[in-house]
Amino acid sequence: MEKPIIELRGLTKCYGSLKAVDDLDLTINKGEIFGLLGPNGAGKTTTILMMLGLTEPTAGTATVCGYNATTNPIAVKRKVGYMPDSVGFYDSMTALENLAYIGRLNGIPEAEVKDRAFEMMKAIGLGDAVDKKTSAFSRGMKQRLGLADVLIKQPDVIILDEPTLGIDPSGVKEFLALIHQLSRQQGLTVLLSSHHLHQVQQVCDRVGIFVGGKMLVEGSVDKLSRNLFTNENYVVSITLKDPLPPQWEAEGALQRMQDVQQIAVDGNMVQIACLRDITPELVRFFVHNGLDVTGVHKKEYGLDDIYEKYFENNSAKSNTHEKPGRIFQRSFVKK
Amino acid sequence: MKSLAVFSRGLSLKNKSYKAQSGGFVSSPGPFGVMVGKEIADHIRSWRFIVLLLLVGLTFFGAMYISLSNIKTAISNIQDPDRLFLYLKLLTTTDGTLPPFHVLLSFLGPLLGISLGFDTINSEQNAGTLTRLMAQPVYRDNFILSKFVSAIIIVSCLFVSLALLMIGAGLVITGVSIEPQEVLRIFSFIFLSIVYVGFWLSLSILLSIRFRQTATSALTAIGIWLFLTVFYKLVVNLVMKALIPDPAFLDPQQVFAYNELISSVLRLEPSQLYSDAITTLLMPSVRSLGPLTMEQMALAIPSPLPFKESVMIVWPQVSGLLAATVFCFAFSYYLFMRREIRC
Repeated sequence: MEKPIIELRGLTKCYGSLKAVDDLDLTINKGEIFGLLGPNGAGKTTTILMMLGLTEPTAGTATVCGYNATTNPIAVKRKVGYMPDSVGFYDSMTALENLAYIGRLNGIPEAEVKDRAFEMMKAIGLGDAVDKKTSAFSRGMKQRLGLADVLIKQPDVIILDEPTLGIDPSGVKEFLALIHQLSRQQGLTVLLSSHHLHQVQQVCDRVGIFVGGKMLVEGSVDKLSRNLFTNENYVVSITLKDPLPPQWEAEGALQRMQDVQQIAVDGNMVQIACLRDITPELVRFFVHNGLDVTGVHKKEYGLDDIYEKYFENNSAKSNTHEKPGRIFQRSFVKK
Repeated sequence: MKSLAVFSRGLSLKNKSYKAQSGGFVSSPGPFGVMVGKEIADHIRSWRFIVLLLLVGLTFFGAMYISLSNIKTAISNIQDPDRLFLYLKLLTTTDGTLPPFHVLLSFLGPLLGISLGFDTINSEQNAGTLTRLMAQPVYRDNFILSKFVSAIIIVSCLFVSLALLMIGAGLVITGVSIEPQEVLRIFSFIFLSIVYVGFWLSLSILLSIRFRQTATSALTAIGIWLFLTVFYKLVVNLVMKALIPDPAFLDPQQVFAYNELISSVLRLEPSQLYSDAITTLLMPSVRSLGPLTMEQMALAIPSPLPFKESVMIVWPQVSGLLAATVFCFAFSYYLFMRREIRC
């Protein structure tokens, strides 16, 4: 394996007494799509700024493409395309001029900068908005133009800070598909930060969950869920037509069924934790007992749950006495 | 299936051979040149610049009109040792309806500087373009330097063309040929005016780095300007009156010393420096900016000084203005280099 393209060692950033990023170690290899996940204020943007040399770390080093980002930011910026979360353009200029300006700043020769910007606009699907002023652009169009902006310098690494913020769902899908495609075809390394888990799940090879300045876990989505829920069982929730009475005679029988571990009743919802997947048996059981089943849902753990679990653990630690209700709700299913 | 087509297009980009990536024969301007070019284009296209242009143009033509219609009396005034400098007279003559051009410029200069500079950095920050720009391989200092240089270039073009217009108009109307000394004096006047605008420009850039809101920085800059032009003199006089003993009990030597002190304190203000300097440059018979004793004046013939001597008199003023400009710029540099760039 060649050298990692992004390497963070013990990266720390303090604002006064607040530790925004706390002793972060992270390695990203070439061609990977890495998702940096975390709630707002977790220090994602600060980390990214340190990778680009826009902020000085309090301690630790950030090495990008073999250059130290703090001492040699220009070399890093030549290789890295960065799209900030609220990307802005010069409103008095057209989209093409905006793009060409960035191209010129990156040393693209004058003779070809217009052509290249034009082609980039077409590639990104804004071919017919080339001569529009960017002030007339919608949020999604701006985001696309931001991507064109990042790509025009032909970077090795692209860093996207909340790239899906404020785009409609179909736009997000297209946008992420585009990023994925570009990464695969051109061997680009992509680092994207987000708090939208489902979206990130679709495209990332690896994700890191980042809460309170610390990287809690990192790895592929599969690996994370396996690690996290090894002692967790299958949970099947069955929705019935009518609410169950507090005492129902079949409960004992259900309890005695093989592999059933725990039963929780909430109105007309029954949640059953079991050691293996016994959904058909459970449905059969309910039907035999004369209960009308209207919905069956087998719970699978996605990134959302992983995230929620981590995030919740964290918030439980920090403000135990503030949000007791939430914790009780969860433990109700889990125990 | 539009998106598929889109992808395949995007993918062809990287493979396309763009020649001369590493230079070649056509040397394109570096990032700094590109930025200055863009800033100048921005200025010229903006409404603000058009308004300023109209304002300066109007002042210039108004002042010129008045001085041209009074030039005859000014030139034929035998008492005035400067009467033979027609072109300097054009800049300084007035009949009282409008101040002469150089005085007007000491008001317009700050306005020009402030309005070209008050939103340089914070508007970019608020629009989110600053982060985007700083993510490019560009040095940070190039960014503020380009802002400064572009505004200075604009102002210089404006002033130089006005000066040339004035000289041209004088030549056409009066037919008197211009003395080399007058050319030197007029261009050093222009240079000083540019430095003066540069001071206000760098001050307003400093404020635009310091304050997030463009309105705050504009207001602060205007506040500083008003304080310096209106209240500073007042405050200095007030304080001095309280501190200095009654002149009736002092011998002339001490009065002289106190007067020197007061004018030195007044000269901390840039507009004072500017008006001292240009008065000396445009009126060659001015031989000192402070009071002169009778011994110094004895045997002096009221005649114009040579250009070199006038420059020697204003040298401290020029260096003071330059120092103030450089100080403001250096301080904004310091603030900006250490600043964390985020939206």
